[in-house]
Amino acid sequence: MASERTPVRFYQVGSFAVGNRLVALEQRSAQSDPERANSLTSGHRACAGCGEALGARYALDAAMRATEGRLVAVNATGCLEVFSTPYPETSWRIAWLHSLFANASSVATGVAAGLRAKGRSDVRVVAQGGDGGTADIGFGSLSGMFERNDDVLFICYDNEGYMNTGVQRSGTTPGAARTATTQVVGPHPGNVFGQGKDMPRIAMAHEIPYVATATVADLFDLESKVERAMAHHGARYLHILVPCPLGWGALSSDTIRLARLAHETGIFPVFEAEHGEVTSSLAIRRRTPVEEYLRPQRRFAHLFDKHGEVSAPEVVAKLQALCDRNIERYGLSKEEGQ
Amino acid sequence: MSKKPFAITLGVGTSLANKTGSWRVERPVYVDRLPPCNNACPAGENIQGWLYEAEEGNYEAAWRLLMTANPLPAIMGRACFHPCETSCNRAQIDEAVGINAVERFLGDQAIEEGWRVPVVAEPSGRRVLVVGSGPAGLSAAYHLRLAGHEVEIHEAAPLPGGMLRYGIPAYRLPRDVVEAEIDRIVQMDVRLVLNSRIERVSDAMAQGGFDAAFVGIGAQRGKHPDIPSGDAAKVLDAVSMLHGFEDGEAPVLGRRVVVYGGGDTAMDAARTAQRLGATETIVVYRRTRDHMPAHDEEVLDAQAEGVQMRWLSTVARADGGRLTIEKMVLNDKGVAEPTGEFEDLEADSLVLALGQDTDLSLVGDWSEVVTTGGVVNVDVSQMTGRAGVFAGGDASSSPTGERTVTAAVGHGARAAAAIDAWLAGGVFEPVAERPLATVERLNSWYYADAPRTMRPHLEAIRRRSNFDEVVGGLTAEDALFEARRCMSCGNCFECDNCFGVCPDNAVIKLGPGLRYEFNLDYCKGCGICAKECPCGAIDMVPEHR
Amino acid sequence: MQRQIEGSQAIAQTVAMCRPQVVCAYPISPQTHIIEELGAMVKKGELADCEYINVDSEMAAMSVAIGASAVGARAFTATASQGLLYMIEAVYNAAGLGLPVVMTLANRAIGAPINIWNDHTDAMAVRDAGWVQLFAETNQEAVDLHILAFALAEELSVPVMVCVDGFILTHSIERVDMPEQEQVDRLVPPFEPRQMLDPDDPVSIGAMVGPEAFTEVRYLAQVRMHRALDVIPELAGRNAEVLGRPATGLLHPYRTADADVVVVAMGSVLGTIKDVADDLRESGIRVGVLGISCFRPFPVEQVREALAGAKTIVVVEKAFSIGYGGILSTDIAMALSGQTVPIHTIVAGLGGRPVWAASLRKLFVDAHEGRLAETVFCDLNTGLVEAELERMAISRRSGPPAENVLRDLAGKSGLN
Ligand SMILES: Cc1cc2nc3c(=O)[nH]c(=O)nc-3n(C[C@H](O)[C@H](O)[C@H](O)COP(=O)(O)OP(=O)(O)OC[C@H]3O[C@@H](n4cnc5c(N)ncnc54)[C@H](O)[C@@H]3O)c2cc1C
Ligand SMILES: Cc1ncc(C[n+]2csc(CCOP(=O)(O)OP(=O)(O)O)c2C)c(N)n1
Ligand code: SF4
Ligand SMILES: [Mg+2]
Repeated sequence: MASERTPVRFYQVGSFAVGNRLVALEQRSAQSDPERANSLTSGHRACAGCGEALGARYALDAAMRATEGRLVAVNATGCLEVFSTPYPETSWRIAWLHSLFANASSVATGVAAGLRAKGRSDVRVVAQGGDGGTADIGFGSLSGMFERNDDVLFICYDNEGYMNTGVQRSGTTPGAARTATTQVVGPHPGNVFGQGKDMPRIAMAHEIPYVATATVADLFDLESKVERAMAHHGARYLHILVPCPLGWGALSSDTIRLARLAHETGIFPVFEAEHGEVTSSLAIRRRTPVEEYLRPQRRFAHLFDKHGEVSAPEVVAKLQALCDRNIERYGLSKEEGQ
Repeated sequence: MSKKPFAITLGVGTSLANKTGSWRVERPVYVDRLPPCNNACPAGENIQGWLYEAEEGNYEAAWRLLMTANPLPAIMGRACFHPCETSCNRAQIDEAVGINAVERFLGDQAIEEGWRVPVVAEPSGRRVLVVGSGPAGLSAAYHLRLAGHEVEIHEAAPLPGGMLRYGIPAYRLPRDVVEAEIDRIVQMDVRLVLNSRIERVSDAMAQGGFDAAFVGIGAQRGKHPDIPSGDAAKVLDAVSMLHGFEDGEAPVLGRRVVVYGGGDTAMDAARTAQRLGATETIVVYRRTRDHMPAHDEEVLDAQAEGVQMRWLSTVARADGGRLTIEKMVLNDKGVAEPTGEFEDLEADSLVLALGQDTDLSLVGDWSEVVTTGGVVNVDVSQMTGRAGVFAGGDASSSPTGERTVTAAVGHGARAAAAIDAWLAGGVFEPVAERPLATVERLNSWYYADAPRTMRPHLEAIRRRSNFDEVVGGLTAEDALFEARRCMSCGNCFECDNCFGVCPDNAVIKLGPGLRYEFNLDYCKGCGICAKECPCGAIDMVPEHR
Repeated sequence: MQRQIEGSQAIAQTVAMCRPQVVCAYPISPQTHIIEELGAMVKKGELADCEYINVDSEMAAMSVAIGASAVGARAFTATASQGLLYMIEAVYNAAGLGLPVVMTLANRAIGAPINIWNDHTDAMAVRDAGWVQLFAETNQEAVDLHILAFALAEELSVPVMVCVDGFILTHSIERVDMPEQEQVDRLVPPFEPRQMLDPDDPVSIGAMVGPEAFTEVRYLAQVRMHRALDVIPELAGRNAEVLGRPATGLLHPYRTADADVVVVAMGSVLGTIKDVADDLRESGIRVGVLGISCFRPFPVEQVREALAGAKTIVVVEKAFSIGYGGILSTDIAMALSGQTVPIHTIVAGLGGRPVWAASLRKLFVDAHEGRLAETVFCDLNTGLVEAELERMAISRRSGPPAENVLRDLAGKSGLN
């Protein structure tokens, strides 16, 4: 399973910290390596605590490690693109191309095809975009890329909204969440329920070789999934939850914590699938009620009173039901580890 | 580059020109907080520090760090009541780290390997008298030697060790261990004069040409409260009984033994009585189990060996073969009050374990040496009212009132530092306390839940008949495992988390042992590093520009 | 080699000789035969080392081409009409990134009302996108222009669109002198990209540029485009040399030297216009024709020179800007700014309506006589539109005009 960790367990840091001086270098995460690729380097203009900036470096550094640097990345329009490449500075240290909002997957298909035609089969291709560029405007292209099984890893950095344009609702915005286009007014404040797109499952429906989800809270899991993805050829999809302090109304320091809570509550199931079948899931270590996840986020503030008590129990119950369903569906409540 | 389209195509990594550090309103700083174990250690050990070494299997380095505070790890690894573990943050997550067991492992390893601590300091030419070779005296002597002073220990008893030898029974503290650790200190050119009772410290100092003295005479006299007793009654105190036993005079206690008192000494007396052939040993205590001063472990071990407990009882009278017991009740303040109800209890002997007193006549000629409650008053530097005369261990006052081997070692070490300063004409400066590494500062998610390695306990049944050590040691593997359970509270252990979780790559990894540095050119002050630091070794502080 | 061949086949086979490395295919009439033929050639192995990708939309087609071009692979696609509009964002993007994609545009009207037949509205919709736009008059020219297009695109790092009238050219079978592979290889050297995504020499392509440099970026694009005005004649010269036949450059002047009336047009309609011109000359009216084969960049100097002697200018256009008028006419007017020569626009051939020589002849005569209105719609069914206008005058809500017109037409023709 891709979420296998180092077999040696060191309880001082568990196997969960970025590095661990007690294990062999090659068993440590790519991020612990002082010589890591730093695919996205300092000086980018992401908000302080941006989960997308973090997720992108995690994922691309892992991909760089897996491909020994033979990597090309295609980026959809969105925060990641805007904060990384405002003329005259780029934060990328890898070969990188931005074309448009909707077409990252197709451009990547072209890159892969061009490389193949030129006999450069050693170079691998990653396409990446936000949830808008993935689940909404880029959806058709992406589905085409999946269907053709083009040799591209598509990474969706899901911050559950159109952040670059000022936090509007996207196809992955959760129910009840406040965005600029789902305001906290009227009888059903925030986003409506039941209209979100479950991208990983949609990807799985294409029966592509590899689909996985991850969060920025579990680096080892994330890296192993990237590695796993790069070990496959054909269309692959990795969906990474990347909290956005600005859009979620959260503390910049809470980015990883929220990602962790998303997993520990079950609201964001972490799993992987091959050829359309779920093959493993990352068990919840400390099962947590969903309100613990919602409370620190101002986009859900209307579900709580001023003392932080749940004031909209029926809405929270709906979200909890989603969590419970995920836990059941993906078998997330196993004993610790794998 | 000129070939590349203007503005649309950019050279990689050029954003380094954009110093995002200017956005910061808070900056992260690395801190070293005081781990609660260290804070709780009466001997002043840097427990987190030596566990850090042990985690990597650097046992000698761990031992050497340990030895900078405590010269008796093998002893302490057995006798210490480990308040460190009680306050260990891990206790709030799963179970406390078995610090004591690792300490013992290191101590035993050192004995086995013959590790020694060299005296590297230049001889100071100053002479210090140490009275008493209990843990307080041994600790003082060791640290004074390390500081380059000449040390002479005068011990009234024929063998050194104080209560390590004459109090704590061998099934808990094997004598070869005691001897090995004492011997290691003596080998550092400490002069040990046995069978030498100091009657007057003033005289001894004058005669021996000592520049300073440390009094570590412990509390040797068992308390004998006035219990009406018949002629045939066999009443003795626990200390004398244990002492006598150690001297080879096994006391005749009979088959039914009653031990009176609720402390650790009572437990040791009862367990020793069991080993000496008593078929029925009963501990009689005024109050209830939860009020007993004895440590839980000791009580459980005693019970496991068949010792019975009789709570809410006092001994009103002792006669040959029989005791009269008065039943007590606890009032709402938890104080035991007599009920006027009496009962008989068959007993061949009554062992009193009600505390010990100290004979302070050796400083009686110095009016400036003040005593309170039977112990010598000392200041923070362990100095008595008399300049140049220091005291520690059971014989001295202590802020916590703790009377343990560990406290004694701590006193000895502190006194040695103070004597060293005093001899140099300076003043002893206690090390400034760092703020505590509290459990709320930890991000425990990074620590996997791991059960504590239990020290293999000898079968309870086997313990009854001999004085073999009851608690076994850890194997090297277990010791490593246990050490690695340490969460390194408040002190960086180079887990790379800050280096990894920074969205701005603003943490510089300096290499093994060198930790990290913040790159303030780029740090935006998001605070993720501080929140995700497993051990709480990063603070966020307001940025003043 | 002379062959009787369908236009689309001829184009496809020529493109194949240009050795594209990535071909993106998405069907839309009247372009479809081109990519079908290429697909077959790749499958048969006749076109080697080429990735043929059945994409999911025109947006994807152009995007795949962008990606391929960005790694230094020669990329080709073809589209028309709705397809061009569907990919328009990527069309601009390819140009902005300076990627030398070559695309055949089989010109077709744009709906609604949906219409598959030929006009130039689609090409006009992207004339400002930063692509070179070349218009073929014949299939021979279409073939030759494709060869030129690849060489030009890669020389300048600018994408090139070869506009070919849908059906009229794409589906007509005529004699074409097909080039030899060896000739094409001489004319289209291997692609040496100006910039490339390469892990060995990484760059970031596609930066965000703000007001501080955007104008400069656009200025430089303009300069680069203008270089095409020098490069095209050069390449055309080489084409002619290697292929051994006259090759198309920027313009096609025909009997303009002494002409009083010069008719300007683009694409296949030029054939009819030339016939009409010849015919009128027989009747003593000196008519000349100026074919524009390079519409973008617009060869202002060359046009001005070619039209220097004209007393009347007539622009025949297969598109117009609704609410304004002729599009090419506007460019011609700008080219002649400061001059007083009258310029007339004839909007003809919209949505595939045949452009009859007789109709043109009448209009040209009118122009010569000074009777032609500024803008006329060739062969407009005036009865029909007047009826609709009347209806509109009665009720402001008379349903979609297109439907009404259709209803009227049906009534007239006895259909229902
Ligand atoms: C039965 C028993 C069990 C215990 N178990 C534990 C335990 O498990 N863990 C723990 O931490 N603590 C335990 N304690 C307490 C602990 O032993 C003492 O707190 C500790 O030994 C005090 O050390 P010290 O050096 O002050 O005195 P001591 O150990 O009492 O040593 C004092 C020494 O001074 C000598 N001396 C006295 N007067 C003179 C003099 N005038 N001249 C020369 N020498 C003199 C004595 O002979 C003795 O050797 C126990 C105590 C008893 C009695
Ligand atoms: C075709 C098109 N439509 C809209 C936009 C405006 N736009 C740019 S980024 C963006 C939002 C991006 O959202 P997402 O993909 O989720 O990425 P994020 O910024 O949240 O990381 C939008 C709507 C655009 N650039 N192009
Ligand atoms: S808006 Fe959100 S996703 Fe965008 S840079 Fe800021 S934190 Fe990152
Ligand atoms: Mg988003």
